[in-house]
Amino acid sequence: MKQQLTIALSKGRILKETLPLLAEADIVPAEDIHSSRKLIFDTNHDNIKLVVIRATDVPTYVEYGGADMGIAGKDVLLEHGAAGLYEPLDLKISKCKLMVAGPKDAKPVEGRMKVASKFVNVTRDYFAKQGTQVDIIKLYGAMELAPLMGLADRIVDIVDTGNTLRANGLEPMEEIADISSRLVVGQPSMKMKYRQIQPILDKLADAINRRDAEVTQ
Amino acid sequence: MALADRWLLPEGVQELLPSQARRVELSRRRLLDLYEHWGYELVMPPLFEHLESLLTGVGRDLELNTVKATDQMSGHLIGVRADITPQVARIDAHRLRTPGVTRLCYAGPVVHAMPTQPLASRNPLQIGAELYGHSGIESDVEVISLMVETMQAVGLEHELSIDLGHVGVFTGLMEVAQLTEQQKEQYLDILSRKALPELTLFVNALDAKPIIAKCLLELPRLNGGVEVLARARQLFAEAPARVLDAIEYLQQLTDRLALRFPDLDQYFDLSELRGYNYHTGVVFAAYIPRFGQAIAKGGRYDEIGRDFGRARPATGFSADLYTLVELSSDVAPSLQRVLAPAEEDASLLEKVKQLRADGVSVIYALSDVEPATKCTAQLVQRNGEWVVSDL
Repeated sequence: MKQQLTIALSKGRILKETLPLLAEADIVPAEDIHSSRKLIFDTNHDNIKLVVIRATDVPTYVEYGGADMGIAGKDVLLEHGAAGLYEPLDLKISKCKLMVAGPKDAKPVEGRMKVASKFVNVTRDYFAKQGTQVDIIKLYGAMELAPLMGLADRIVDIVDTGNTLRANGLEPMEEIADISSRLVVGQPSMKMKYRQIQPILDKLADAINRRDAEVTQ
Repeated sequence: MALADRWLLPEGVQELLPSQARRVELSRRRLLDLYEHWGYELVMPPLFEHLESLLTGVGRDLELNTVKATDQMSGHLIGVRADITPQVARIDAHRLRTPGVTRLCYAGPVVHAMPTQPLASRNPLQIGAELYGHSGIESDVEVISLMVETMQAVGLEHELSIDLGHVGVFTGLMEVAQLTEQQKEQYLDILSRKALPELTLFVNALDAKPIIAKCLLELPRLNGGVEVLARARQLFAEAPARVLDAIEYLQQLTDRLALRFPDLDQYFDLSELRGYNYHTGVVFAAYIPRFGQAIAKGGRYDEIGRDFGRARPATGFSADLYTLVELSSDVAPSLQRVLAPAEEDASLLEKVKQLRADGVSVIYALSDVEPATKCTAQLVQRNGEWVVSDL
């Protein structure tokens, strides 16, 4: 008997890049995910289901065993801590950088620096490692606004092209981490369902390697 | 604190109401009887003791998870136990000091400063068994078998799977890999997350001998069914004897367990280093599909007694009884309850006493309605004799 497998996918941009990769590993949703309002999708395999949720919820679902595997950005995993999760694959999609940014040509801040971010844990750890005391302001969006309004001295955010930063008179300053989407697997799922999970990991790894080879050619 | 908050418990703290409490207590008795029948003697270590004794020879995780206070009688720091295992090791090393093999078991509450797993309670009821003074495979087989029988006794044997690993594979590899302490920490972190993309970067930066680099790269991939052991033997053919011994040990262990429990699903993970700080040999855990964490875990820890002045080989396992009972679909046997009139009649008192001695629960009817709802029979007087009659 085949065991049931649930894979949690991150909504939005990651999803668009995830589905072709899954298709290469022979996992195809039974209906169009983009046009449906459903949250759970059957696939071409009886025992595999997909759930489509907010990116930040993916590690939580896998951690609590609500899903066996998930696809989430490294930024989300760093912020969540991802204890108890395996991260066996870098899908090499949705690449960007997690960076410290601030007003163009800004002087170093004396005393306690105010940093706005939605990645509060990452921000705290990063500055702690540098021995810098910072006050963190949790925001949920439009980080670029915070330095402009005098709310914060720096921001920590995902930077893709850097256009939004520049358009608002900011510039990237320090790189915290390279970000791309990762496949995560819950530890108990790996231990109990490895017969189902390992072939999927292998197929996905092959698909990623094929893509890499195409890029370098 | 608002009035409404006063009856709330602190976050993650649980208490059991009658039906749950009865199931847990019946399981506790059944398990302690089981352990006694296997020759494990019950010990009852204290709920709190000197912090230093509690934390001797164990990892830092346990220290962070121990609730601490100052002992007002001595000024020393005391800790509320977060794990009973070190206490039992202390008892074996210092209090009993018996030569040869000692088998001990325990069941009692522990307190965790933080939940150790998502949704875990902070006051679990830890139950377990430890075997001291024997370092061969026979004792590991014994405690793993006892762990499996524990699961059978609480009705969790269905779809049970056992995860097996051996710390010796990692430590043996470290002997030849010549990593700095910091690199070792980094490698451990990568292993614990099976972060293969980071692993490749890490190993490439090491500039290690090709054969060692290959072993470091392959270790986190050595997980799956028993075929993993054959793969490992091939891969580690030139590794130190310690690594090969560990693999051979696992092979023997799985063969013996398969004989005892033919239906048991066995999974191997040679990079499973849970409790690597104090485990010295085989590590194992029990899983069932509908629960996202291990339901019992254990392993060999031959060094722990040394810190108490008496190094003794040791192996054992423990589980949270609340979790086991919650997951189990076993129903507690129903209790026969008999209602008795609240009369001071000598023959009635005698009859009640006799029924209670026979294991029947007898309840005096203090009001007309309340106890009757729980009873299936009542005591009535017929021809001057008290007899049980259905309600």
